[in-house]
This record gives sequence, C-alpha cells and structure tokens, in this order.
Amino acid sequence: MKRRVSALLLHVALVLGAIVTLAPLAWMIGASLMAKGEANTIPPPFWPAHPTLEHYVELFTHLDLARHVFASALITTVATVVSVVVNGLAGYAFAKLPFAGRDRIFSGLMLSLVVPAQVGMLPLFLLLRELGFVNTYVGVMIPYFASIFGMFLVRQYALGVPDDLLDAARVDGASELRVFLAIVLPILKPILVTLATFTFLSAWNDFMWPLIILSDSARYTLPVAIANLVGEHVQDTELMMAGAVLTVIPALLVFLVFQRSYVRGILAGSVKG
Amino acid sequence: MSAPIERRKVRTAWLFLAPALGLIGLFFFLPVIAGLLLSLTDFDIYAIGAPETARFVGLRNYAETLSSPLFWQAVKNTFYFVLVGGPLSVLVSLGAALLLHARATRLRSLFRTVYFAPVVTTLVAVAIVWRYLYHPRYGFLNHALGWFGVGPIDWLGDPTWAMPGIILLAVWKNFGYNMLIFAAGLGSISQELYEAAAIDGAGSWQRFRNVTLPGLAPVFLFVGVTTMIGFFQLFAEPYVMTQGGPLRSTTSVVLLMYEEGFRWWRMGIASTMAALLLVITLAGALLQISLRRGERV
Repeated sequence: MKRRVSALLLHVALVLGAIVTLAPLAWMIGASLMAKGEANTIPPPFWPAHPTLEHYVELFTHLDLARHVFASALITTVATVVSVVVNGLAGYAFAKLPFAGRDRIFSGLMLSLVVPAQVGMLPLFLLLRELGFVNTYVGVMIPYFASIFGMFLVRQYALGVPDDLLDAARVDGASELRVFLAIVLPILKPILVTLATFTFLSAWNDFMWPLIILSDSARYTLPVAIANLVGEHVQDTELMMAGAVLTVIPALLVFLVFQRSYVRGILAGSVKG
Repeated sequence: MSAPIERRKVRTAWLFLAPALGLIGLFFFLPVIAGLLLSLTDFDIYAIGAPETARFVGLRNYAETLSSPLFWQAVKNTFYFVLVGGPLSVLVSLGAALLLHARATRLRSLFRTVYFAPVVTTLVAVAIVWRYLYHPRYGFLNHALGWFGVGPIDWLGDPTWAMPGIILLAVWKNFGYNMLIFAAGLGSISQELYEAAAIDGAGSWQRFRNVTLPGLAPVFLFVGVTTMIGFFQLFAEPYVMTQGGPLRSTTSVVLLMYEEGFRWWRMGIASTMAALLLVITLAGALLQISLRRGERV
C-alpha cells in the first residue's frame, strides 16, 4: 500500500513537472495561432478560439522572413559540414597518430575550454573586419568551424579504435588517407553524427556572434531577425509567437531525430571532462 | 611498426591537425591574446578607421572600469544571477534526475525527452515567449499565479522582480542538461551500496545523504563548474527581455561589454571588462575545485 502511494506521488510529480516544462512552449504555439489581438484579452486565453495561420502568412509575405530562414539554414549547414571534417580529422589524429608533444597540446586545448568566448570577440571582430568578413555569412560561420569540444568528443571515441586494425592495413600498403577513409571513418560515424548535431544546434541557436558580425538587417540570421522584429512589433504578440515557433521548431526536430546521438555527446563531455 | 611508417604517421598527424589548430589559433587564441592587449589601449571609434591612432595606456582602463559604479552594478547583477540561478538550476536538475531514476518510474524516456526539450530551443525565441508570459496584464503566468491567490507581479518592469524573472527562465531553459548528467551519475552508483545501507537499517533520507550524495560528488564538481561558467555569460535574456533595465537591474557584465564595445565602440574599455570576466570565471572555477579538494581530505 505504502509503495503504491509513493509510486502515485512520484508520477504526480513527474506529470506536474512535464506540464510546467511544456506550458511555455504550448502557449507559444497556441498564441501563434490566435487571431490578431486575441492574446491580449482578459483572462488571457491559452488556446485560440479559432486557430488561424494568418501570422505565419504575414511572416513570409509582408515581413519576408524567408531570407532569414535561408541565411540561418545556409550558415548552419556549411558550419556543420566543415566542423565534422575539421574536428573529425583532428580528433582522430589526437587519438591515434602519436607525435612528440601531442598530449601536451591536447591538455592545453582542454584547459582553454574555461575561457569565455566573449574575451576574444572584440579582436575577432576587428580581425574579420580587416579580412573583409564583417557583414558576411562566412564571418558568422568562422567561429563554428573548429571546436575544442568537438575535437575532444571525436578523440575520446577514436581512442577505442584498435591499433592492430590500422597497422594491419598499413602493412598491406594502405596510405594514411585510405586507412582513415576505409577503416576509421565507418567506426567514427556515430560520434560524427553527434558532433554534427551539436554544431547544428549551437550554430542555429546562436545569437551574440551573428548580432555582432552582421550589420545589414537584410542578412540577419533568424534569431537576430526575430529579436529585431520584437522591437517594432512588440504589441503583436501572436505574430511574434509565430516567429518564435518558426525559430524553435527546426532545432526541436533535429533534436528529436538525433536525440540518442546528442545525449551521447553530453554524457561523453561530462565523463572526466 | 617500421620507422618510415612511424614517420608517415607523424606527418599525417600534423596534416590532419593543421586545419583545426590553424582555425583555433587564428580565430580563438590570437583574439583572446589580442583582447588582453587591447585592454591596455585607448582603442575607440576613431581607431576603428585608423588603428594606428590607438595608444598604449597601461592600466588606465582597469582603473576606470573598477571605479565605475555601473560596472560594479553589472558585477553585482551577474553574481546575483550566478549565485542564485546556478544553484537553483542544479537543484532542479538533481530533483528531476531523482524522479527519472526512481525504480517505479514509467515512461522514463518520454519524461526525459520532455524535460530536456527546453535545452535545445533557441534562447532568443524562448526569451521572447517568456517576455510575453511575464506581461503584467495579459501574461499567462500572472493569470496562473492568480489561481493560487498570488500577484499580479510586474515581472520585468519592477527592479526587484526583473532578475528573478530572468533566473526563472534560465532555470526552465537549462535544467534538462544537468539532469542528464546527474541521471548518468545516479546510474553509476553501485546497487550494493544501497543494499548494504538498507541492511544497516538506513532510511531513504539517510541512504540519500550517505550513499547518493557522496556518490555524486564528482558529478557535482563538473556540473558546478560548467554551470557557473555558462551563467557568468548572461547576455541574450536581458538583451531581449529587459535591455538591462529597469534601472539597470538586469545589466550583466557581458551586456555592458557589448554596449561599450559594439554600441559605443569603446573597444579598450570593453576588452577590459572581458578580461575581468575571464579573471572572475577562473577564480570561481579554482575556488570550486579547491573547496571540493578540501572536503575530501
């Protein structure tokens, strides 16, 4: 009996927690479907009386948000592909290709994980300005290309690749590139998916860097564009919620599809990080 | 392996590392070092067009920053956020992890996914959502609090409530991340320890106190340090929700740095703030590590 009661209380707590967690997201979706002005009535409704897509239509017609969706999608895709190649190669080298000083370089990189990115942001802006990358998509992407955390993820996974397997291929006359492409890459595939998911989500969700590097509002990424939009449309709750849904949904979908990989990355990062 | 193959491995290693180390060196380490140097100059809006006009001013920016009441206000606000928001979010994470890990829990992976969802949402977008939820008149939160006889609270318009409002959003947004780490930590505590404690007659609180908490000690250190580093970088929430107000009550160090650097182009002063943030972050990390060491002795 006592066990039943405690199991019941446990599930009451779990369900309450889930309601509180989901309520802001559910309200966001509900409000995005309300008629203009409906969210600003008393008592505030949680769900629209007559759902409408008018705000989504307005976002794509009148406010031309498609260009920002495109900018975000382009930046995120390129950043993800480059990050997987660059950090994949580096992580493998740190794990499986010994050379003098390797482990010292790697520990140095790990230590620098505590340095807040903001410390380098001002000079990085000035540097990219000299290079002509201010107000370009390349300028937004550059910080996502190489990631110390990404190299760490791949290295930890690649440590598990048996040396004998690689050496056997070398004795058979395989070049280093061939060893990497034919043997290592298939083994590393799961962690590269993890790395891709991480890069996608951090590039898609990033705000401060694109805000700094992009000056032309026509080029804003989606998060910067909606932060900008809220300045002019602060009264249009329903419209702003439609913008928020549009920004959040791709990130949530990518997470739901790649959930297993993403969680693996978080746990890999926390074990003896 | 033969010597030529060993040499080939070394060559390949550098070849494979070159893009990553080159990018990190050029676009991370170089700017970080340059930032520390920039904090010793009077680099301002005129120097943007003609960098050679920037002059070395020694520690003048540090003296100016450290005697600015606005900077100390930002430090105070940031510490409020870190010292209240950080532990609160870690506690909620631990609570959620304990609920998920309980043996009787059904639909575990569904609840885990739900609790984790806010972590992957776009911070700016959910900050906008919460800004509307906090609306004193039409916000749903005040409406819901009204069912319990609380409020209405002018969340973002009142200097006393604005920072708690931002903390609440941050806890909601972040707790799922540490929850996963705690859940993994709980899973790695040996069942035998619990059984031994139960045989010794330990109640559930005593088992939690004497088996679970010590078992999670390394996890607490990791979670504590990473959460603190992340919370020190508070920026998007006040930028979107309050613009640092009301009465500067939510202006964080990073927000102030952004304003100085990219609104007024006072790059020397802004770099000084960034350098001080680095010092504070390092001190906080070292403090946590040494406290934990002291406990173990």
